[in-house]
Amino acid sequence: MGRIFRLGDDVDTDQLAPGRYMRGGIEALAAHCLESVRPDFAPNARPGDIIVAGRNFGMGSSREQAAEALRHLGLAGVVAESFAGIFYRNAINLGLPVLTAPDLSAAEDGAEARLDPAGGRLVLAGEHSITLDPLPENLLPIIAAGGLVPFLKARFRREGAA
Amino acid sequence: MAMQTQTANTLAQKIIGRAAGRAVAVGEVVTARVDLAMIHDSGGPRRVAPILQELGVGLWDSERVVLISDHFVPGDTEEGARILQLTRAWAAETGVAFHDGQGICHVVLPERGHLVPGMLVVGGDSHSPTGGAFGAYMFGIGATEMAGVLATGEIWLRVPGTILIEWRGALGSGLMAKDIMLALCGRLGMDGGKYQAVEYTGDTIAALSMQERMTLANMAAELGGQVGLIAPDAVTARYLAAAGAAPGDWTGLTTDPGADLLEHHLFEAATLAPQVAAPHSPANAGNAADADAAVDIAYIGACTGAKHADLAAAARILRGRRLAPGVELLVAPASRRDQDRAAADGIMAVFEVAGAKILPNACGICAGYGAHRLSADTTCISSTARNFKGRMGDPTAQVWLGSPLTVAASAVAGRIVDPRDMLAEAA
Repeated sequence: MGRIFRLGDDVDTDQLAPGRYMRGGIEALAAHCLESVRPDFAPNARPGDIIVAGRNFGMGSSREQAAEALRHLGLAGVVAESFAGIFYRNAINLGLPVLTAPDLSAAEDGAEARLDPAGGRLVLAGEHSITLDPLPENLLPIIAAGGLVPFLKARFRREGAA
Repeated sequence: MAMQTQTANTLAQKIIGRAAGRAVAVGEVVTARVDLAMIHDSGGPRRVAPILQELGVGLWDSERVVLISDHFVPGDTEEGARILQLTRAWAAETGVAFHDGQGICHVVLPERGHLVPGMLVVGGDSHSPTGGAFGAYMFGIGATEMAGVLATGEIWLRVPGTILIEWRGALGSGLMAKDIMLALCGRLGMDGGKYQAVEYTGDTIAALSMQERMTLANMAAELGGQVGLIAPDAVTARYLAAAGAAPGDWTGLTTDPGADLLEHHLFEAATLAPQVAAPHSPANAGNAADADAAVDIAYIGACTGAKHADLAAAARILRGRRLAPGVELLVAPASRRDQDRAAADGIMAVFEVAGAKILPNACGICAGYGAHRLSADTTCISSTARNFKGRMGDPTAQVWLGSPLTVAASAVAGRIVDPRDMLAEAA
């Protein structure tokens, strides 16, 4: 089980991967991830934890360190009402599960939970779970492979063998 | 469900359909051939080269890749110099078209004739929708996805619905594309584009110059659209001919009357007043006349706010005026070529006489780079696209966005003002 970190609408890429720590590489970015809006996040995030957010998560720049920082912290994924387009693509390509659901009000900050991307569920403590929108079918192989690079590696291996 | 033959298509559908090799319907996911990939020094070679190496493949087509250095230019830090060196070495090794230190990628790409209407283009930067001003379906992607494109020449995309944004009537004196954009960010919000195709249309848009149209397309990113399209016309064709690009046959590259639209918004230019966006979001838009803020720094920079048209607008205000005491004006022309034109026009001389500091043709502080990053507790009025907290420097810095006219007038007044009074005096 992980825990839920609740965030609001319009979490942006400068909050996720602050430009001023860009030179420090992914370690530094992850250590300062979200510090301007949620300073308790990076020091306390543990593998398996889940961000639950509102609308337009990941808006702003195309820097994929925004998704990479979350993956580096071991997050199980992000569940939001909606995602900004480039962040969504980047997360899929890096193998970070990102799922949407129209109503996430049952997911409370600090609550224990487990993300089940393949099953499309956010499992809460007790018997509860929130049903998430199914992932687009064409993206499943990329997520299953763990991201675009391992997916393409397998493809080139196949093509090379053919 | 049987798909009906569609007779009326959107511009987005037409471009994606050609790149996918078949007719496409809104909502379906297709794999498309990429006509051109643009990368820069920050997200480019230093990030894609290791991935290509890991994949064990080279570029799918080096003639369809353009590399432009703009983020770490002028390389005045050890790290920046190292990244630029790596960028140059990769350019030499791969033989891709390379524009080094010539300005910001979104301005340099069309300026050097790489874009033509109808292309499907990816860029390794979030302001890549700028290319939509030329009727190209151009959008931003991250470095890993770019490596995938460079390896395969393909990309998946969901055929978007079209959000048609129509502006009618003549844009009044003192108003620019940036005012239109900030008003749209305020009205529609930063997710109003829903990662669909935003398309600008109407006689207001048709009357705009190519560089002003680029400001609209660029900031489709701030609306959360995947692209910001403008159907090509004679203005586009003239620009492309001057840039040495062969525009080809662009007739028919429009959204057909009767095509299904996701949304259609209608605005009257006559109702628009100069806009500013308050810290820390472009969506915090309102009339410049209602803003009550003293400014320390005025910044005319970025792909969206320091093209030749932007520099010319600012100079209209600054000619014969001086900066308010204590205000610093920074000008970073968006491209070398635009700066050269502005120098020939006498515009750069106006900035010098006014006491502005001229910065390199690069992304600069808009992207949080360089020695002029905003320090703590400063207030800045900026012609850039984004005023997110901490983006341009210290998180306590307060950044307002406005048109180059508004930025220049505010630099003269020492506080944020509607530029129309000064323009009236100048006339």
